[in-house]
Amino acid sequence: MKLRCMKNTLLRFLTAGVLFGTLISSPAANITVKGSDTLVILAQKWAELYMAAHPGTKIQVTGGGSGVGFAALQNRATDLANASRSIKADEVAECIKSFGKRPSEYKVALDGLSVYVNAESPLKELTMEQLAMIFTGKIKNWKSVGGPDAPITVYSRENSSGTYEFFKEHVLGGKDFVSRAQTMPGTAALLQAVSKDKNGIGYGGAAYGAGAKALAIKKSDDSPAISANEETVVGGTYPIWRYLFVYVNPAVDKGEVSAYLNWMRSDAGQAVVKDIGYYPLPKPFRSDSK
Amino acid sequence: MAGAGITLAATLLILLILAIILGNVLWHGLPSLSFRFVFSGADRDMFDVNKAGILPMLVGTASRVILMSFFVIPVGVITAIYLNEYAKPTSATTRVIRSAVNNLAGVPSIVFGLFGMGFFIHFAGGSMDRLFHPGSAEPVWNKPGILWASLTLAVMTMPLVIVATEESLKAIAPGLREASLALGATKLETVRKIVLPQALPGILTGGILAVSRAGGEVAPILFTGAAYYMAHYPQALTDQFMDLGYHVFVLSTQSPNVDQTRPILFATVLTLLLLTFTLNVVAIIIRARIRRGMRAAH
Amino acid sequence: MTSGTTHPLENADPWAGIRRGQQRRPVEWLVERAIHAISLSAIVGVFLIFIFVAREALPIVLGRATSASATQVIPLEGLDTRSPAEIQKYLGLTPEQFAALDRDAKVDLMNLKLETAKGASKDRDAAVNTLEWRYLLLPYQWSGYDKPEMIWQPVSSIHKYNIIPLLIGTLKATIVALLFAVPLSLAAAIYVSQLSSPRLKEWLKPGIELLAGIPSVVLGFFGLLIMASFLQEVFGYESRLNAFVAGIALGFAIIPVTFSIAEDALTSVPGSYVHGALALGSTRWQAAWRIVLPAAIPGVFAAVVLGFGRAVGETMVVLMASGNASIVSASLFDSTRTITATIAAELAETVFGEHHYRMLFLLGALLFGVTFLSNLVAESFIHRLKKQLEGKA
Repeated sequence: MKLRCMKNTLLRFLTAGVLFGTLISSPAANITVKGSDTLVILAQKWAELYMAAHPGTKIQVTGGGSGVGFAALQNRATDLANASRSIKADEVAECIKSFGKRPSEYKVALDGLSVYVNAESPLKELTMEQLAMIFTGKIKNWKSVGGPDAPITVYSRENSSGTYEFFKEHVLGGKDFVSRAQTMPGTAALLQAVSKDKNGIGYGGAAYGAGAKALAIKKSDDSPAISANEETVVGGTYPIWRYLFVYVNPAVDKGEVSAYLNWMRSDAGQAVVKDIGYYPLPKPFRSDSK
Repeated sequence: MAGAGITLAATLLILLILAIILGNVLWHGLPSLSFRFVFSGADRDMFDVNKAGILPMLVGTASRVILMSFFVIPVGVITAIYLNEYAKPTSATTRVIRSAVNNLAGVPSIVFGLFGMGFFIHFAGGSMDRLFHPGSAEPVWNKPGILWASLTLAVMTMPLVIVATEESLKAIAPGLREASLALGATKLETVRKIVLPQALPGILTGGILAVSRAGGEVAPILFTGAAYYMAHYPQALTDQFMDLGYHVFVLSTQSPNVDQTRPILFATVLTLLLLTFTLNVVAIIIRARIRRGMRAAH
Repeated sequence: MTSGTTHPLENADPWAGIRRGQQRRPVEWLVERAIHAISLSAIVGVFLIFIFVAREALPIVLGRATSASATQVIPLEGLDTRSPAEIQKYLGLTPEQFAALDRDAKVDLMNLKLETAKGASKDRDAAVNTLEWRYLLLPYQWSGYDKPEMIWQPVSSIHKYNIIPLLIGTLKATIVALLFAVPLSLAAAIYVSQLSSPRLKEWLKPGIELLAGIPSVVLGFFGLLIMASFLQEVFGYESRLNAFVAGIALGFAIIPVTFSIAEDALTSVPGSYVHGALALGSTRWQAAWRIVLPAAIPGVFAAVVLGFGRAVGETMVVLMASGNASIVSASLFDSTRTITATIAAELAETVFGEHHYRMLFLLGALLFGVTFLSNLVAESFIHRLKKQLEGKA
């Protein structure tokens, strides 16, 4: 009795296995998008809206990070590569080796990086130079930048994130973060930490968290302090901003792919950008498709 | 007697810690745990409290552990049968196998992740691509996917299955085997028809423990298959998947608004805990029965 | 048959009598071979893990990998004056690629090389191969630093791979975890195995082992969101996430491990020891503390060693609760970056085969080695315990 029972179970398992096996088939996506986790939600929103308007097109979005997207682009494993930083020289070289041309670069949105301190901090603004000194560890006490006499706790992002590299290049001038900097696996963890630490300072994309506030930034000592909002980021007066990119192999940049890229950069596509927490492209950068 | 009091206090403290963790998660998670939350997708927005659901993560986690059990249960059970029924207990091979099983149980989970990446994805996947898809521009197997994650987890949980199965094999009265052999059955027949059916509860325990352990593990699947976000369910063995445990990590570290997403974070943790705990409790109950049976057999 | 004696079939080859008859059944023989082969999979598994983790790290160990970014540059005119083979090697192309690319693409590649060289050559450390052992282990004064330091900064124009900060970080979190978990679980093990009533024991043991059912990502979440703030309020230290918080959360993860091994060891001490002590007038506590614990001490050591192995290898808890700053300091209240968290946080974006990728595999191999050793040590302790008890009983 027991044995028959077991045989039956075994059979069922086998059938299930075979069924599972036969189900193996890739979805017929005509456009694949891969890359930066910063962009993945935005890319997904875009894909959804575009697919709703163009039922014939299937778009598949996966994250993994900017580097992952570039690797996939080199291997021709994806049509579009999302990136929160611009492509590096060696990545361009790999692309040329793989398909003979530089990949085409499209700017698809703007991202303003904010510098966060604890809500209780009396500080309102910092200059770019002060920021660099704080994050490289040259300034260790809030007193030196007009705050209370307390040591600064520096919060940074993991070095695998595009945000980390961007901040390092553009604010720190390529210098190393102070090794005391606590590295957080995401913007949420960073904000959480800053909101709980009255001596904390950190950076990240536009995000919200009770207990932390974004500082206004001065380009230099005598320039005005500017806080990040759509007007200042898009207008270019806020100093810490970056483009978000989509890269594509020029050989596939035609037909559906090309239409989709155009749509992303059109007014319709850019309308989505704000909902996600980024800033839309300035008018001259947009495409003129409907 | 002060010492005895201290030991009692330590025992209670451990149970208290357990209670605090569970209580906290239950208290904060229960209000936001709803039917809609568990059974709707994340296709709208995975950080939106009113829209986000965790069905894709549940499906991903379930499929990777089911796939894993296809690999780990047969191999684990057969190894246990060999160790208990065939091998000479004192032989060098047996000792080395046992030592290997012990060591496998102690390897850190992140090392399994590295192994999965180095062996399954780059070596096995790379070779398969060279063999079956030569000239194909895009990698088919040489990338993270649910198959590789499941295999990695299978290697990781094998010791659990082996140990649990062996325990139940030991609980079977030797007289049963002797009787079967005396009636003229061969050894294989005895194992198949007498020993295995008797050991079924133990195999089940091992399977459940493996599933529960693997279900909550995140480190081994970080690089072998888990996706940060995916709009569709995994449809092929080579697809990536969203995962419940990884989602807990994502929600607690990458959400754009910590305070707003806190309810879904707690609800996700609660779901994960409910799953692993139910499985654990079931395994503990079955195991207690086996142990009782073992005492009766000897 | 009495329960104390072993069954005659248990130790000897239980199937010896039938072996001969079986050899004549080919199917049975085949199946048996197959079973034997499959049973070796655990060995194969451990072996493969070691091979494939170590393989990726090998070039660094052998000193074959280089991270030096300054290279010889061939000016653009070189494309016409130098031999094709030289250009092909310079651009890192395979012969097929070289043949397939047109002249524009090659010019583009040459330009990229020039750009990279221009960007890198400014730094005086650009020619340094930071993967050499002395840079991995010893302090060095990098350009832009005031004094020799041990730095882990893999994503940088000069990749700094000193692993000492990570070793210190791992050790700090592990020590806190052990200091917290070992006394607690040992005391609980004494209580559960020696002092509690059998009925109570049936509830307590699975209850404590339920702690093992909490996934480590949940412990990490608990440490990050709830415990960190609570402990900071109690102890009032500076940085919210640090070795102490991570260590305590890590302790939760290793309590079930140390508890169940210590409990097993204590339970395995024959009841006659306790009975003898009680008969001589000692209390249950005296019997447990003075007789049973010393007898089971190798098992207790095994529990500590295995707890150590588990703590060193735990990933998600430390990734989320430790603050992940690679600081070289003795304070337990500083943020700390462990080996496991480093691998988990950095591997995803490294390029396959590149030196950062290999460096992380080297850390993995190190981790594997440490846990492998601790397993062997624990096993030998348990073996000794068994022998000791058998010898005396």
